[in-house]
Amino acid sequence: MSSILLAQQILNGLLDGVYYLLIALGLSLIFSLGGIVNLAHGAFYAIGAYLTLVISPYLGFGGAFVAAPVVVALLGVVIERVLFRRFYRADPILSLLLTFGLAMVAEQALRMIFGAPPLSYSIPPALRGQVAVGGFIYSFYRVVLLGVAAACIAGLWLLLQKTSFGRVVRAGVQNPDMVGALGISLQPYMSAVAALGIGLAGLAGVLLAPIYSIHPAMGQEIITPAFVVVVIGGLGSFWGVVIAALLVGLVKGVMVGVGYSAASTAAIYLLMLLVLLFRPRGLFGERIMRFE
Amino acid sequence: MSNDHQFTRRSLLKTAGGIALASGISAPSILRAQGSDVIRIGHLTPRTGFLGPLGEYGVMAIDLAVEEINAAGGLMGRKVELLKEDSVNPQTASTKAERMIERDKVACIIGEISSASCLTIAQVASRNKTLFINTGGNSDALRGKDCQRYMFHVESQNSMYVKTVGRSFLRDGLVKGKKWYSLTADYAFGHDLLKVSKRFMEANGGQFAGDDLVPTDATDFSAYLLKIREAKPDLVVINLAGNQITNFLKQYAEFGLTFPVGGFGFDTALAWAAGKGNFVGTWPVVWHHLLDTPGSKAFVAAFTKKYSKPPENQAWGDYIATKIVAQSINELKSTESPKIIEHFEKGAKFDLLKTRPGYFRATDHQLMHEMYAVTALPADKIKNQWDIFSSSPAVPGPDEPLEVIAATKEENSCTFPS
Repeated sequence: MSSILLAQQILNGLLDGVYYLLIALGLSLIFSLGGIVNLAHGAFYAIGAYLTLVISPYLGFGGAFVAAPVVVALLGVVIERVLFRRFYRADPILSLLLTFGLAMVAEQALRMIFGAPPLSYSIPPALRGQVAVGGFIYSFYRVVLLGVAAACIAGLWLLLQKTSFGRVVRAGVQNPDMVGALGISLQPYMSAVAALGIGLAGLAGVLLAPIYSIHPAMGQEIITPAFVVVVIGGLGSFWGVVIAALLVGLVKGVMVGVGYSAASTAAIYLLMLLVLLFRPRGLFGERIMRFE
Repeated sequence: MSNDHQFTRRSLLKTAGGIALASGISAPSILRAQGSDVIRIGHLTPRTGFLGPLGEYGVMAIDLAVEEINAAGGLMGRKVELLKEDSVNPQTASTKAERMIERDKVACIIGEISSASCLTIAQVASRNKTLFINTGGNSDALRGKDCQRYMFHVESQNSMYVKTVGRSFLRDGLVKGKKWYSLTADYAFGHDLLKVSKRFMEANGGQFAGDDLVPTDATDFSAYLLKIREAKPDLVVINLAGNQITNFLKQYAEFGLTFPVGGFGFDTALAWAAGKGNFVGTWPVVWHHLLDTPGSKAFVAAFTKKYSKPPENQAWGDYIATKIVAQSINELKSTESPKIIEHFEKGAKFDLLKTRPGYFRATDHQLMHEMYAVTALPADKIKNQWDIFSSSPAVPGPDEPLEVIAATKEENSCTFPS
C-alpha cells in the first residue's frame, strides 16, 4: 500500500473517531456525575436520527439540525427528572437495569411508530459533493460534520473549564458530598448535564442520518464502540475520551487500510484490553474516590 | 467520602461484557392456550441486528399468508396458529427451534435469513424429523456439504444469484478482461458468496483486483471507499448483507465514486432505504413488487392494503413458503413432515406468483424458479419511493430449463446424512 493511501486512512480514521466522540462524551459526563451507565444513550442517538426525518419536510435539514437535538435534550431532562434521579444513590445494578430497559422500550417504540424496515434519508443537496486537498479527495459533508463536531467539543470544553457551571460540575464529579456541604444543590446541574449529554447523542443522530442506515436498532450499533471509548479514555477525563475516540477510529481505519478489515472491530476490543492491562483507570482516568 | 456508590471500575468492565451477553437474550415467548384443534407453524427469523429489517418483512408476510389460509378454511378444516420468534443468532435460533418442536409441537418451521442460523435450525429439525423451510439463507453450503433431508430452500442459493445477475454483467461487458473489486460480509453467507463469485468471474475471464471482509456490525465504509478509489476497478461487487448494503450505497454516493456497482446478493428494502440518487447498480432478486403476473399483483395489493407499503423479496419468500406448506398439507391430508418431504421430492409443482410454476430439486432441496436482475433507475426517471428500478425479463428465459442457473453437481454436491 502506498504511503499516500496510508496517510489518507489515518486521516479518515481520525475523522471516524469524531462520530464516536459525540456519543462517548455524553456517556462519560452522565456516568461521571451521576454514576449512571446510560445504556439508553444509543437510543437517543436513534431518536435524533428519526426526528431528522420527521422535522426535515417542514424545516429542512437546517431546521432539524437545530430542533432535533433540542427535543432530544428536553427528553433527556424529563428522563433525568423522572427516572435517573431516583437511582443516583442506589445500587448501580438498578440503574443498569433501568437504562437497559429504557433502551429496549425506546427501540421498540421507534419500531412501532416508524416500522422495522430502514427509512431513507439523503444528504441535503447544498452539502453534497467532494473536496480535494492535494490528492486527497474527501466527502464535503464529512468536512462539515467535522467542523460541527469540533465546535461542539470545543464549546463543551469551554463550558466545563471556563464557566462557574463547569466548575460546579467538575467538583460534583470529584466530590458530590463536599459540593453539597458548600450549600450547592447538584440536582439542577444533573438535569443540565443530562440535557447536554443526551442532546449531543441526538445531535450525532442528526449528523449521521444522511450517511448511515436509519433503522430502530441503530442505537445498538453505536453504543458499544462509544462505551469502549469511555473505558479506554478513562473516567472524568475530557481529553482522555477525546484521544480515545480518535485512537479507536484510527485503529479501525488503519486495520482496514492494511487489509485486515475482518479484525477491525476485534482490534478496538484488543486495544481496550491492552490499555486496561497497563492503565487500569484508562489512558487519562482521574482518581475519583467514590469509584475506587 | 460517599460510600453510597459501590460502582467500581471493575464493575464497569463487567458491564461491558454484560451488554454483549444481554444483547443475545430476548423476551421469552408467551405460551398460548393449548388446543388440539389448531395446527401450529413456527416462524423463526432475525428481527433485531443487521438482518432485522428484512426479517420484519418476513413476519408481515407470514402473518398475511396465515390470515388468508385461515380465511379460506384453514388446513384440513383446522385453524393455523403461528408462533413467531426473533432468532437473534445461531445459538438462540437452535434453542428456540428446539422449544418450538418439542414443547409447542409445530408442524414445521419456516423462515430465517442468516445462513449460519439456518444450519443450526436444520440440525435441530433433522434430529426431530420436522420440516424446516429456509426462506432467506443463501449460502451454497446449505445445499451442498451441509445439506439436510428435512431442510428445503425457497430462497435461492448463491450460485443462482450469481448466475442471474452475472448474465447482466456479461451483457454490459463488465466481466471479460475487467478488474473487479469486492466487499464481503464477514460471516458464512459472505464467505460462501465470495467463493461462488470468484468461480463465476474466473470462468468468464474477469480479473480479481481485491476483496475486503467487512464485519457485520460495520456502519462506516469510508476506509473501504478510499481503497476502492485507489484500486480503480471496472466493477465493484458488493457481497454484503442487510444494513451493510444501505450504508455502503449511501456512502458510495457521498464519496462521489462512479465505478459500476453490482452485487451478487440483495434485498429490495435496502435499496428503498438507500433511496433515490443513492441506489445505483445492477442486482439480483428472487422476486420484486413490479412483476406483471396476476398472482404477484394480488399479493402486492393485499400486502399494501394491510401494511401501507409494498412487499419486498423477503416478504415473498416467507409468504410463498407458507402457501406451499398449506397447499401440500391440504392435498396430502397430513401434517407429517416425512409425507410432505416425499411430496416435495417427487417434484410437486407450485404456483410462485411468477410466469412459470416451480418445484424443489430432489437432489439438494433447492426451489427451482425464475429470478430477475434489477437495475437502478436514474434519479430523474423515478416517480415514487418504491419503483426505483427496472427489471430484466425472467432468468432463465422461457425456453430454458429452470435448472440452468442453479449450481451443478460438480459445483456443489449434496449427500443427505442418513
